[in-house]
Amino acid sequence: MSDNNQNSDCGCKKLNLPQLNLTNDARAQPLSRRNLLLKVGAGLNGIAAALIGLPLLGYVLSTFTRKSADSWISLGPLDRFPEGETRMAVYRNPVSKPWDGDTAEVPCWVRRIDSEKFQVFAINCTHLGCPVRWFQESRLFMCPCHGGAFYEDGSHASGPPPRGLFEYQHKIDGSELKVLGGHLPTLAEPL
Amino acid sequence: MLRSIALWLEERLHLTSLFESTAGHKVPPSTNSWFYVFGSGTLLCFVLQIVTGTLLAFVYVPSTSQAWTSLQYLNNDQFLGWFLRAVHNWGSIFMVAIMSLHLVQTFLFGAYKYPRELTWVSGCVLFLCTLGMAFTGQVLRFDQDAYWGLGIGASIMGRVPLIGAQLVHLMLAGSTIAGETLSRFFSLHVFVVPGLIIALLSLHLRLVLTKGINEYPKPGSVVTKESYENEYEEMVHKTGVPFVPNVIGKDLIFSGCLIIAIVTCALVFGPAGPSGPPNPTLIHTAPKPDFYFLPVYAILALLPAYMETFLLLVAPVIGLAILILLPFYSGTGEKSYRQRPFAVVVVLMAFLTVGLLAYLGTFAPWSPHMQAWSSAVTPVDYLKGRTALELHGAILIQSKQCRNCHSLGGEGGQRGPALDTVATRLTPDQMIRQVIQGSGNMPAYGKNLRPAEVTALVAFMQTLRPSYQPGARDSTQPPQSASANMGTATRASR
Repeated sequence: MSDNNQNSDCGCKKLNLPQLNLTNDARAQPLSRRNLLLKVGAGLNGIAAALIGLPLLGYVLSTFTRKSADSWISLGPLDRFPEGETRMAVYRNPVSKPWDGDTAEVPCWVRRIDSEKFQVFAINCTHLGCPVRWFQESRLFMCPCHGGAFYEDGSHASGPPPRGLFEYQHKIDGSELKVLGGHLPTLAEPL
Repeated sequence: MLRSIALWLEERLHLTSLFESTAGHKVPPSTNSWFYVFGSGTLLCFVLQIVTGTLLAFVYVPSTSQAWTSLQYLNNDQFLGWFLRAVHNWGSIFMVAIMSLHLVQTFLFGAYKYPRELTWVSGCVLFLCTLGMAFTGQVLRFDQDAYWGLGIGASIMGRVPLIGAQLVHLMLAGSTIAGETLSRFFSLHVFVVPGLIIALLSLHLRLVLTKGINEYPKPGSVVTKESYENEYEEMVHKTGVPFVPNVIGKDLIFSGCLIIAIVTCALVFGPAGPSGPPNPTLIHTAPKPDFYFLPVYAILALLPAYMETFLLLVAPVIGLAILILLPFYSGTGEKSYRQRPFAVVVVLMAFLTVGLLAYLGTFAPWSPHMQAWSSAVTPVDYLKGRTALELHGAILIQSKQCRNCHSLGGEGGQRGPALDTVATRLTPDQMIRQVIQGSGNMPAYGKNLRPAEVTALVAFMQTLRPSYQPGARDSTQPPQSASANMGTATRASR
């Protein structure tokens, strides 16, 4: 307060609330040095915050906006998969990093219906992503988490899953079976 | 000499006034109660977690290719590494437990009411942060459960409409569970969430000092916005006692017991995991969350499917809003739980619900026993004196994995009903229909069983009833003669 009084000739009293009502038009007041510094300082810091903040946000949210980059991956020669049977196959995630370790190995279930017809299912249960297991004898996939079950064609058999197993797009390339993979299947982004 | 050093420090740091406005601030004498020890207990757990966590980070490697190995190293090779891991694990369990008690105590004692709204709100957010620490910490124990736990988290995110896929990518730091995922969770667990907790804790403690600690409520004394603050100030002015040394005694005793309990649990039970290596191709695993998330795990198995997405995404938001906004719609009036029966019922219901779900989550009766078909034995009594056809049915019950979901003699899955007395509930026709078409939680086996196999299976199941109880019969059919009934009963199981 005393500071304000001492500097009253530079127009700083404007900050004094009771006197604020007396000035109808603040722009009519002469621009004080303190006011100018305050405004320039705040503006400068606003620009600085944007300069550092936007790249930071961009860095963090880059994964939010990044699209899955799926590609065709070989599951091995066709004769690995006997007709009428369902076998597990493993492929290496096409977008893996050198430090991914074992997590880059992705398992899936390959069902060979006949010589040309295949179905390839994701390992993840459509309920909450747990690994489903194939039971040859009852020809069912069972999930150990909440008891979801699927028939051999991947359709929903029982339990809480909201749909059948996620199925990979696949093609026969020469003597190899290939699938289009590269992301974890979820209800929002099935295969 | 010492006195002159003390005086010099006092002159520079103004320690006396700092003490008087913080640890030595005056509190109502009624707060010298065993009910008021949970806040300091939670703080102590947090400090313990910071210390043990920092030391664990000396050795732990937050890389998907080496995290599991570094945990094994901590358990087996690093001197006292196992002890630190055990204390960190039990510290987290105790922190969640004591914090829950703190939440319940402040709720029942009306501490959230005017003028302590922000103390409550900051406390609720601290509670959420602590649960966040529990989840991210579970991921850092990078084993099979952590790997599939991340998959479960991603699947839940994937149910969000419109931006589900993007949220999955944000959570996993990419399109799959991989190296960057663990780095992200490491950063969250070690920097982001603890930083947030320290900031909120500062606010929480400052509010305790500025708005005072809630007095032990007397039934009938009502909070009004007009008079409460004056009454509180007057009470503290007239009868208040300094927190240190008058009131802190009970906190010290509780804190001491808490540390002893954590260390005892750590010594007796040891560190948690890691379970199998986080290799996605090792699918012979039944992922299960740590105890804090068992109720969520249970509710996801027990809910009807159509309610799941709502309950996963919308209900938590509504529940949290009800909890956090509590002081804004119930900010005045009676504080004592003795005059608030509804509050007491809410707490009891919450304890019962969470406790029961956690209990069920421990046993997970909804999960098929994946090895039961090959490992569970058939009781000998169920096989004695049976025909060849019936015995073939008994083999089929094993080989077709029926036992994964149905138990016999107490062994096997509990997803479906036990089959020990199935003949008293279902007629042969009903059994055939159930096996071939399935229903409810049972898959249809029509395509997977030959007619002869169904006949054998049903023949065996027809023998599964106590000798003193007749088999189920179709009400449109006349009852069997007594002698025919006896004939079956002598062959019946029990």
